[in-house]
Amino acid sequence: MAEASYPQDLLYHPEHDWARIDGDVATFGITWHAQDALGEVVFFEPPAVGTQLTQHEPYAEVESVKAVSDVIAPLAGEVIEVNVALGQAPEAINEDPYGAGWIVKVRLADPAQTDALLARDAYVALLS
Amino acid sequence: MSTPLRHTPLHEAHVALGARMVPYAGWEMPVRYDGVIAEHLAVRSSAGAFDVSHMGQIETTGPAAAELLARLCTNDVARIPIGGAQYSLLLREDGGVLDDLFTYRLEAERYLTVTNAANHERDLAWFRVHAGGFDAEVIDRAGDYAMIAVQGPLAREIVQAIANSPLPERMTIGTRTIEGVDMLVAGTGYTGEAGVELLLEPADAPAVWDALLRRGAKPAGLAARDTLRTEACFHLYGNDLSVQRGPIEAGLAWCCRAAGGYIGAQAVAAQRADGPAELLVPFVITDRGAARPGDLVVGGGVVASGTFSPTLDVGIGMAYLPAAKAVVGSEFEIDVRGKHRRARVEKRPLLKV
Repeated sequence: MAEASYPQDLLYHPEHDWARIDGDVATFGITWHAQDALGEVVFFEPPAVGTQLTQHEPYAEVESVKAVSDVIAPLAGEVIEVNVALGQAPEAINEDPYGAGWIVKVRLADPAQTDALLARDAYVALLS
Repeated sequence: MSTPLRHTPLHEAHVALGARMVPYAGWEMPVRYDGVIAEHLAVRSSAGAFDVSHMGQIETTGPAAAELLARLCTNDVARIPIGGAQYSLLLREDGGVLDDLFTYRLEAERYLTVTNAANHERDLAWFRVHAGGFDAEVIDRAGDYAMIAVQGPLAREIVQAIANSPLPERMTIGTRTIEGVDMLVAGTGYTGEAGVELLLEPADAPAVWDALLRRGAKPAGLAARDTLRTEACFHLYGNDLSVQRGPIEAGLAWCCRAAGGYIGAQAVAAQRADGPAELLVPFVITDRGAARPGDLVVGGGVVASGTFSPTLDVGIGMAYLPAAKAVVGSEFEIDVRGKHRRARVEKRPLLKV
């Protein structure tokens, strides 16, 4: 697995999810800490395109050899794209959690919800 | 619980290897090092080393040691030759399983029984309560042994290379010198692979562990130990066995001697005669995902052990199913966090090695 990292350009949810915001669209995924706690991901259960996500609520499941974890939506919105490659290669979530391991792209319902998220340093402080 | 977690003599070695440490049965144990899949596959293809020093040991010695063990254990203790090993169960009067055990006959009147860490104190008390009237002594040896399991097709070769004489065969035990250290070596394990289990003085464990790793055994954690034993369909106490379950429904009639005479024998005979309501059977998930312990079977039954299988690349496990459904090939569904997953009863073991 990759070394621990928490990019500066992301916003973080305390349940170990990240959001990369680009205008009114955001990409979501799980953090290095989350994938490390789970271990090697072997199954990924994606939401359907068009699903409405609620902030702080689960929208997908990632399953490792020994555990299952809900993936929490850091922000509300409509799923406009799912990382279908994870169906065949869910290990990308471990190998590149902020890149190839992205989970969904979402059209945001309310950009002001980012107030509830943490900047990188605050999230890292939460981990320690 | 607020009791501090116990450390095995290999704790520093695990930390130095970057292991992820977790609480387990009162101990802080390595659950994985590099990753459970790599560790699992190493055991299936070459060799893995497991620290199982959390397991307990009870020594039973004296002229009536065999008689006492025969009273306590379901299997035919009288048939263990000197240097032999036997799997057995410890039952309550009502047939509920207190523990599953390996008993080794070290000398004519000296036996060593390996207990599960979580059950050791209860087992020891049970042994002692029932030892009255037997000319035998029950000695707690849990603090005297570290335990390392070396498992896999290359495991015996790796250990043999640092041993003073040929290793004990499968299901036997003997004293050997490994890496200059005197210890007990048993041809047993919990993975379905060839291999040995080493019982040695705790102070000697780190040097022996290092020697095994230097010779190519890959450190493997509790997670791989669980996925390996599930593929081999070995029971795990707390998942597949409990005081709520008897040996017949657990599929362990084979280790309950027909002649009886052990604590719980009448309950076992009754369950044997009546036939159990549920039976523990291996299964594979035939659609996606893995079932987990405690997941309910649709229409009755429960998953006892459930995991992803790194070798078979599907969800596998063992479930208690209503007896009528507990036949090879029978299809059923498991409620996995609200989704119904299809599964099929398979032959034991799930993986033949």
